[in-house]
Amino acid sequence: MAKKKRLKDLSLLEQIYLPEIVKGLALTMKNMFKPSFTMEYPEVKFEPGASYRGRPVLVMEENGDERCVACGLCSRVCPAIAIEVQANDTDKEKERYPERFEINMLRCIFCGFCEEVCPEEAIIMSKDYELAYTNREDGILGLDKLLVPVSELQERIQFLRKYK
Amino acid sequence: MSIWLQILISLVQILFTASIILVTVAYLVYFERKISAWAQNRIGPNRVGPYGLLQPFADVLKLFFKEDIVPHAANKPIHTLAPILALVIALSTFAVIPIGPPIYIFDLKIPLVVADVNMGILYILALTSVGVYAITFSGWSSGSKYSLLGGIRSSAQMISYEISMGFSIAGVLIFSESLRPMEIVNSQAGFMWNAFVQPIGFITFVVAAFAETNRLPFDLPEAEPELVGGYHTEYSSMKFAAFFLAEYANMIIAAGLIVTLYLGGWQIPYIENLGLSYTLTTSLQILGFFVKMAAVLFFIIWVRWSLPRFRYDQLMNIGWKVMFPLSLLNLIWVAILVMLMN
Repeated sequence: MAKKKRLKDLSLLEQIYLPEIVKGLALTMKNMFKPSFTMEYPEVKFEPGASYRGRPVLVMEENGDERCVACGLCSRVCPAIAIEVQANDTDKEKERYPERFEINMLRCIFCGFCEEVCPEEAIIMSKDYELAYTNREDGILGLDKLLVPVSELQERIQFLRKYK
Repeated sequence: MSIWLQILISLVQILFTASIILVTVAYLVYFERKISAWAQNRIGPNRVGPYGLLQPFADVLKLFFKEDIVPHAANKPIHTLAPILALVIALSTFAVIPIGPPIYIFDLKIPLVVADVNMGILYILALTSVGVYAITFSGWSSGSKYSLLGGIRSSAQMISYEISMGFSIAGVLIFSESLRPMEIVNSQAGFMWNAFVQPIGFITFVVAAFAETNRLPFDLPEAEPELVGGYHTEYSSMKFAAFFLAEYANMIIAAGLIVTLYLGGWQIPYIENLGLSYTLTTSLQILGFFVKMAAVLFFIIWVRWSLPRFRYDQLMNIGWKVMFPLSLLNLIWVAILVMLMN
């Protein structure tokens, strides 16, 4: 720890106090010419990196099917009990699909456990952070709002393959 | 010159000065916010109008529509009187500050000051002292501990700093041999600005001016971490706006006073040697006054966003043990100078 400076330790110049004021003024003046950090939000939007955990979404394959096989692991692991899955059978190769898949964004805590536990890379944390709803019903997202084309999620998927 | 013409000229001057103060206050608030934003690497108000230039008007409009609350424990008449007093004093002090040399229209000599009184400096000192009452009244009549503490602090602070302020001004007066602001400005022709002739007095006066206007680093009367809002804690709506306006008007007066007493007023050194036309010289000098004033105002705001607040005992120590002796020292220095020059 740095030793605390007492009044008697100060040099004469520091005790006069005026040079220190000038130093402080110079610092603020220097800062006045630095670019500002402010991002003018509605016009300029923050672009998060791949490690960002935003709204969880379901992956939609190129043919328009959801990748999810409705195993229910995400629902099981969710600490906030925000995910509800109802499975049904299908004739396709994956045999099961989610008939109903709801994420309650009012409960979601963005922990990313659902993404971590998913065996199919079917639920992914997106970069979407604009999550304001005007009523509670809007905060519960169904399949129609959750499905996102796989091409838009490539960055996060690559990130998960590397670091998960 | 008939008496009616004189009254007419006075009215025009009053209107002109009052509008200068009000417009400057509005944009002073705007620049306060802008400069604070720049100093902190932010952008500042930029939503209302181009570059946020209409922000002050939006603020005032908001204050108009606020509810006017008078606390139950307040002393109503005085609670109402205090902001009025603050505003009246703040607006009337500017009357004796000359913004330019006398101008001549149709052989009519018009001084560019509302009241060219021969005791202008005394007038200013008297009025700013009465200004303490506004703050003390508001603190006492609000029926709130925070307000009361703010009011008491303010009166103690203003009384202590008035002494060093008075003694610094005395140095200026010895040089100009007059209390008339016009003469004080005339005595600083060329580079004989008092800021260069008596730098110690300049520093003590500027510090005292900061303390008198309750600006940081001496804004103890409204130190928000300790006293919530200080003396204006219990004020809302236009009464609060009146205090706000008075505070910024006081800043403008302090700046005008610093320019008049120490920075040569409207004088531009050796402009008469350039051989410009009379009209151009005069308008340049008036412009020069406002540029100087703007620079001082910028300095006041700049200091606010650079320095932390003093502790109350430090404030009193500086006022009595440093600023007061320094202003006396300055007085001696001026006396020696005057003796040598004669």
